[in-house]
Amino acid sequence: MPSTNRKRSALVQLETPNLIPERDLGHTPVLEAQHLGIEFGGLKAVDDFNIAMGRTEISGLIGPNGAGKTTIFNLLTNVYRPTRGTVLLDGVDTAGKSVAEVNKMGIARTFQNIRLFNDMTVEQNVLVGFGNAMTTHLLTDMLRLPGHWKQEAEFHERALELLDIFDMRGFADTWAGNLPYGAQRRLEILRALATGPKVLLLDEPAAGMNPAETEELMENIQKIRDEFQIAILLIEHDMSLVMGVCEVVGVLDYGRIIAKGTPEEIQNDPKVIEAYLGKQEVN
Amino acid sequence: MTILTQVLNGLQLGSIYALVALGYTMVYGIILLLNFAHGDIIMVGAYVSWLVMAQLGLSPVIAIVLSIGACTLLGVLIDKVAYAPLRNAPRLSILITAIGVSYFLENGAQLVFGADAKVVPSFTDLSATGVGILTIVVTAVCTVVLTLLVQKSKIGKAMRAVSEDMGAARLMGINVNHTISFTFAVGSALAGVGAVLYTMAYTQATPTMGMMLGTKAFVAAVLGGIGSIPGAVVGGLLVGFAEVLVTAIGLSTWKDAVVFLLLIIVLIVKPTGIFGRSMSEKV
Repeated sequence: MPSTNRKRSALVQLETPNLIPERDLGHTPVLEAQHLGIEFGGLKAVDDFNIAMGRTEISGLIGPNGAGKTTIFNLLTNVYRPTRGTVLLDGVDTAGKSVAEVNKMGIARTFQNIRLFNDMTVEQNVLVGFGNAMTTHLLTDMLRLPGHWKQEAEFHERALELLDIFDMRGFADTWAGNLPYGAQRRLEILRALATGPKVLLLDEPAAGMNPAETEELMENIQKIRDEFQIAILLIEHDMSLVMGVCEVVGVLDYGRIIAKGTPEEIQNDPKVIEAYLGKQEVN
Repeated sequence: MTILTQVLNGLQLGSIYALVALGYTMVYGIILLLNFAHGDIIMVGAYVSWLVMAQLGLSPVIAIVLSIGACTLLGVLIDKVAYAPLRNAPRLSILITAIGVSYFLENGAQLVFGADAKVVPSFTDLSATGVGILTIVVTAVCTVVLTLLVQKSKIGKAMRAVSEDMGAARLMGINVNHTISFTFAVGSALAGVGAVLYTMAYTQATPTMGMMLGTKAFVAAVLGGIGSIPGAVVGGLLVGFAEVLVTAIGLSTWKDAVVFLLLIIVLIVKPTGIFGRSMSEKV
């Protein structure tokens, strides 16, 4: 299987408490969070969260239920406003930006519980994502001027090409709500990719998938990274996926990062075994 | 009266209801608000026509442009001032606000223009039949344009995305506030067109004229399936025909009762309306 014999990149320690793959050295981290924190009525849901992601890094965030993983995604996308700390996307502070603006700046995500536009076709879902790249004026669309047809044809083609990544071209005219579960998850990833992100956040992409589907997903995650040259941050409970695909893994517990390193290091870290894996033996 | 005249009357009245119902249905579709102030926007449009033609003595063309413009602006303004601050409030709060806005407009108009009916000068030299045909044609054109707008344009896709999942739409780079404002603008512009066509036929403006007109259009929207564009048109035509039919057989005092009876029957037999789809809440 390709994922097992894949060459793992060496990790480099940054000045901040962060690691990035060696190949991404010399570029600004594409996504940086510094001392990020949020409180809900006195409860510190996330506390002093730091991350610096290389431009082509695949990293994972693991932790027990309620550790604050999805909250971090909501902080990174400005759905929640942080109580403390800074998020830099490609060096630009996202504070005060709307959720849509942050998306346009280059961050896109999928959802733990799938949130596709079910009353639209598969292609239309992708086209919503392409909205960031569409430029024609409303009147051009309404009056059916040549620019409208040109753009419509261009994005129709681009949408189909994007669907090809996951062999979903044949589903283009299917209602998104009628897709099988696994295909819905794949479509969510494609819709997010259509917005043209520099960083893709995947919230439990393997949830509800069988081992064969998870294996395929791992390959697809790497394929996306290689083809689009973007960074991917994923939250996952499926250890085989995290250990198989991530280059850097952070472990979150009670809103704090308790360990960070390569999958091998994490697997053998006693703090992680205690907090995350409990009493279970790890070999 | 021939049958043909009655059919024309039914189509004409139904067309006006359809135009107003389209505004109801669009706003409901996007923010699940029954905009009870929608009918009163028509009243304002009628008064603008009266002001421009009877008071300022300007041409009907200017009256038409200013009426539609005033309705559009008023619709957007109402959303910004009254509804936008309540976007995250419980739906009941915003519904009650809509009723409040409706009373405000009705009583405001009474204060400014007085309670007596104003006679709106005739817009054209067309006969009653001519006005009827014009009304039907204009409504048909508006419906086609609106359908194309929603189905084909980028903003149309954004509207459908927002109506399905506002949060996910934001994360796909859609500016939700712009999209909602645009929806109010289009819905209110249609109300403006309705106001002009209504005053062409019935030549009167009163502070409470929007109330019954709005309620009937609401019935039409529910009848057709609220949220559905073809539903609003079919519902509008049905309500119009029902009224004309009841009047034609000499029971004109019963016409309102028949319309509401129609609503009651639909709510019992098919609560989602003719074109409505049953919605299953996600658990």
